[in-house]
Amino acid sequence: MRGAAEGCYSAAPMASALVTEIKERVDRLEIAFNRDGYDKFGTSKRHLVVFFSALGWFYRSYFRIKATGVEHVPKRGRAMLVGNHSGGYAIDGAMVLASLMLDMEPPRLAHGMAEKFLNAMPVASLWTSRVGQLTGLPEHAVQLLDDERMLMVFPEGARGTAKLYRERYSLVGFGQGFVRLALQTKTPIVPLAFIGGGDVLPTVMNLYKLGKLLGAPYIPLTPYGLPLPLPRPCEILYGEPMRLVGTGNEDDEHIETLVAQVKERVHELMDEGRRRRGERP
Amino acid sequence: MRVLITGIAGHIGRKVAQVLVARGHTVSGIDRRPWPDAPKAIEIVAVDIRKRAAEDVFRRRRPEALIHLATVTHFQADLEERYRVNLGGTRAVFEHCHSWGVQEAVFVGRHTFYGAAPDTPLYHTEADPPLAVSTFPELADLVASDLFAGSALWRWPEMSTVVLRTCYTLGPSLTGTLATFLRPRRVPTVFGFDPLFQFMHEDDCARAIADTVGRGMRGTFNVAGPQPIPLSLLIKMAGRRNVPLPEPLLAGLLGRFGFAALPRGAVNHIKYPCVIDARAFREATGFAPEFDEAQTVASFRWAAT
Repeated sequence: MRGAAEGCYSAAPMASALVTEIKERVDRLEIAFNRDGYDKFGTSKRHLVVFFSALGWFYRSYFRIKATGVEHVPKRGRAMLVGNHSGGYAIDGAMVLASLMLDMEPPRLAHGMAEKFLNAMPVASLWTSRVGQLTGLPEHAVQLLDDERMLMVFPEGARGTAKLYRERYSLVGFGQGFVRLALQTKTPIVPLAFIGGGDVLPTVMNLYKLGKLLGAPYIPLTPYGLPLPLPRPCEILYGEPMRLVGTGNEDDEHIETLVAQVKERVHELMDEGRRRRGERP
Repeated sequence: MRVLITGIAGHIGRKVAQVLVARGHTVSGIDRRPWPDAPKAIEIVAVDIRKRAAEDVFRRRRPEALIHLATVTHFQADLEERYRVNLGGTRAVFEHCHSWGVQEAVFVGRHTFYGAAPDTPLYHTEADPPLAVSTFPELADLVASDLFAGSALWRWPEMSTVVLRTCYTLGPSLTGTLATFLRPRRVPTVFGFDPLFQFMHEDDCARAIADTVGRGMRGTFNVAGPQPIPLSLLIKMAGRRNVPLPEPLLAGLLGRFGFAALPRGAVNHIKYPCVIDARAFREATGFAPEFDEAQTVASFRWAAT
């Protein structure tokens, strides 16, 4: 009884401590904000604090995520994080964002490439653009990299989040676009693996028709029905940056071998992460 | 240089004329509308640009440079009139330029050319296609006149043709698309959307247009001022009240209850950003805006109260 009451009382200061920390970290972001707190892409400091306070709570208290290899992520300058997708919708992406904001010194804001349907939905449109998660268009990727930002790419796209529970450690096809982009813009690729996304949201089936009705690609269903994430521990493993050599004008076959190299690195990191959990990959 | 300005009596036309006179150019103008207290140095011919008398201005004055500002951008005019002026007028003016040996022809168009939709990118470059024809069909005539003016580059290569796509202007004149939208005390927005808006001070815009004269520039250039800001912040800085309305309600409320009227296609432009990359113009002319976004909005705000 007493314990519960104490828990109640201690939650508020803990939450405000997190908000204070996030505020301080957002202030230290090396991004050119104008005096009203907006950058040229419409990212807003005020919205970042709210967004990362929520993500931070999930990151530290709900999922209890452990990140290793964060020292491999470049502290400044253009970079492209490339990882595996799993678990219904982009919870993994959100947690990578939180990891870079909370675990990096100085903190960094990664820019995900949001699914197109989000920008057509009220509220989602506003929030994705205020927290730097622009629609996944090649133009946006180039503009962000030219501005020395960090891009977060899941080359599996929506097919990656649509993986069912039993497929959670598989990798579906990687697109070629991210490698061409990295070559054209001379951007180092930081491979990453997210372990546990499939446990957080164990998808048993995807409702594509309902999704279409609601303006999303699909709605994932779990054994307990609603697509709500479970409090399972997750790990993020960052690998050493890969500097691919080329101009981006190579033929598809050559690009495909580079894509395969990156995919292989992501797969190795996934296996390493699973071994650490005592699983046999 | 001898510069002829069509649409000289409009708020931007007057400013461009004054900047050019101050820089020592000889300026004349054509406009159906009056400019009562025009400086004496500026000769204004009150004639429709599509009429024969307009060609006579070219014949008599032999301008070396032309700035074409005589387009109808508001939606009060009926469609037929818009097409007559925007397409017929642009064609007539550019043909006169060719016939009478004008060396530099400048068409002033709008950045809304690029359109706004959920899957259009930020910071359009001049190479982007005119999506406005599908996202904002009411702008089709302006898109067509922009493209037609650009065709002078291959049609008459001896003439230096410039097509400018300028972002919204704002300032004490309280005229223009954005000013009209922000004029009423309550400004409707679409609930759950807050696009970036790009605007520049009207004096900066006039200076940018004037900056093209005498350079022999060729091609299409985006013209913009300070960094774009979200619509909600713009409304707040302008001292207006932001009234977010769910989209299904919006159509029924526009033009009523003190809200500004908007053409149907314009709703996309208050939902999604339409912003441009103006680097090419800055590199070609060295143009830099004098007013930042706060000064620009403040100049509008104090004139409006």
